[in-house]
Amino acid sequence: MQQKKFDVIIIGAGLSGIAAGIRLAMFDKKVCILEKHSIPGGLNSYYKRGKRLLDVGLHAMTNFAPQGSRGKPLTKLLKQLRIPYGDFALAPQNYSKIVFADSTLKFSNELELLKEQINTQFPDQVDGFNRLITMIGEFNETALDNEYQSAKEVVSNYISNDILKEMIFFPLLIYGSAWENDMDFSQFAIMFKSIFLEGFSRPVGGVRTILDLLMKKFSNLGGIVEYRSGVEQVLSKNGKACGVKLESGDTILASTVLSSIGNPETMKLIESQSEPAARSGSMSFTETIMTYGQRPKDFGEEAAIVFYNDSNIYDYRCPDSLYDKKSAVICFSNNFAVDDFDEGIVRMTNIANYSQWKNLSKEDYKKNKELVLSDAKALLKSYSPSFADDHNFSDVFTPLTVEKFTSRIGGAVYGSPDKLRTGETELDSLYVCGTDQGFLGIVGAMLSGISMANLHVLSKN
Amino acid sequence: MTEVEVKDAIVKIIADVAMDEDVTSIDASASLRDELDLDSMDFLDIVMELKKRHKITVPQEEYSELATLDSCVKYLTPKFQ
Ligand SMILES: Cc1cc2nc3c(=O)[nH]c(=O)nc-3n(C[C@H](O)[C@H](O)[C@H](O)COP(=O)(O)OP(=O)(O)OC[C@H]3O[C@@H](n4cnc5c(N)ncnc54)[C@H](O)[C@@H]3O)c2cc1C
Repeated sequence: MQQKKFDVIIIGAGLSGIAAGIRLAMFDKKVCILEKHSIPGGLNSYYKRGKRLLDVGLHAMTNFAPQGSRGKPLTKLLKQLRIPYGDFALAPQNYSKIVFADSTLKFSNELELLKEQINTQFPDQVDGFNRLITMIGEFNETALDNEYQSAKEVVSNYISNDILKEMIFFPLLIYGSAWENDMDFSQFAIMFKSIFLEGFSRPVGGVRTILDLLMKKFSNLGGIVEYRSGVEQVLSKNGKACGVKLESGDTILASTVLSSIGNPETMKLIESQSEPAARSGSMSFTETIMTYGQRPKDFGEEAAIVFYNDSNIYDYRCPDSLYDKKSAVICFSNNFAVDDFDEGIVRMTNIANYSQWKNLSKEDYKKNKELVLSDAKALLKSYSPSFADDHNFSDVFTPLTVEKFTSRIGGAVYGSPDKLRTGETELDSLYVCGTDQGFLGIVGAMLSGISMANLHVLSKN
Repeated sequence: MTEVEVKDAIVKIIADVAMDEDVTSIDASASLRDELDLDSMDFLDIVMELKKRHKITVPQEEYSELATLDSCVKYLTPKFQ
């Protein structure tokens, strides 16, 4: 690297780090993103198996908004990054389903469908549900000073039927809660809006469409990104961050350091003195990808995402076994408005226990990955018996894979339960953005990067 | 710079900040916030662009002067000289 002094160093080229980088470079800040891995994307990156290019995480992007919608997170994000709407190439979902033992609710990017479904299956809950929507609409979930409040407690005041309550919580928990079986009400409101009021879409071409676009934009603005550059320590002087030391031993100086790697992960880089220390998260997952000669619709499946639970209570917590077989998210990636795949593709996410995977011998690790796959196939067949028995290709990854490629402690996909809403840390000029600032998912992470860059760097001039 | 030129310069900035909006038919006396769906983050962008392109600074307590296109022109024209 030529230059060794920057205005801002960003640790991590995940979605939040890149979005922050674009904002800063746009206003002539000298920015350097340092990424440990050899490609960008972090928790939502991509990889290659044979000739197949696969997305690590992407099921769907939340927060869908049609072109021209006003005041929505997606349109704010595009405006802030100066990206024309069409460039994300978003294909909206057909519809999705929450499947419990005794009832199934469909929802889509039109709220009416869900309302209709509740009206037929839980008629005495319609009023409460409408009141909940009004309350959430008026709630400012992005205020930086919101305190933790149990979402289950709040929602109980509106929805008295336990099954319906559990069904509503399922997608919101598994797509964004670092807490077990509950979540912070602000987080609930964010997720509720992003999934039920706005909805799902998928960028044609997968997450690469977005990452390529963002990286090109960042470098056109003069931003610098260095891969294979893990940060080992954040340097400070008199309580103020002033640069970083890389694993290679190099040091790079900067007036501000923005870290997207997580709260406890960042605290490790400053040998934090704070008590109690930030907790690491316990929610991680296995992900199984299977491809088929035929499309899901050929087997009668038109839903984009199915939230499947074999009972009437949804248990969102780190399981006592390697992975939880009682519930799963099944994503049929072909079932969005544009199907750009050469084959049928099914992705399945199961909640998993990091420590149990960690303790396996090499041989048992391999064996259990096989079991994840055969259980995924069995679950798919029990959900949709017409699915073919034979797949073309499959791949399974575990909490250890997540940890290896993203350096999230314990493979905690939604980060620490201790969020830093203001982004501030015990060091001046060191701020946290992304997942552990409390905004996650692809859209949330980008918005977090944008707002932390605005708040802590751009609006200070 | 004349008021017309100042207006053009401002509209150019708004067009870049709010890419997907039609800026050719802005009602000069209407609130930009409502007409173009601009929020406080966008006003920060307009202010930063004024600084970047024209070396003009707008202190935070005077952001309200930027409420409409007319008020922008009136407030900024002296600063453009
Ligand atoms: C299996 C899976 C499925 C998912 N599905 C979806 C989905 O369908 N829709 C959705 O919206 N979201 C989904 N997500 C969540 C989404 O991917 C994340 O919320 C989002 O990408 C988080 O971005 P971030 O910038 O906060 O963090 P990260 O992506 O974790 O970025 C941090 C970056 O920092 C790097 N790093 C770590 N330590 C260091 C260091 N010491 N030095 C330098 N660099 C370092 C990491 O390599 C990483 O690139 C999924 C995630 C997973 C894992």
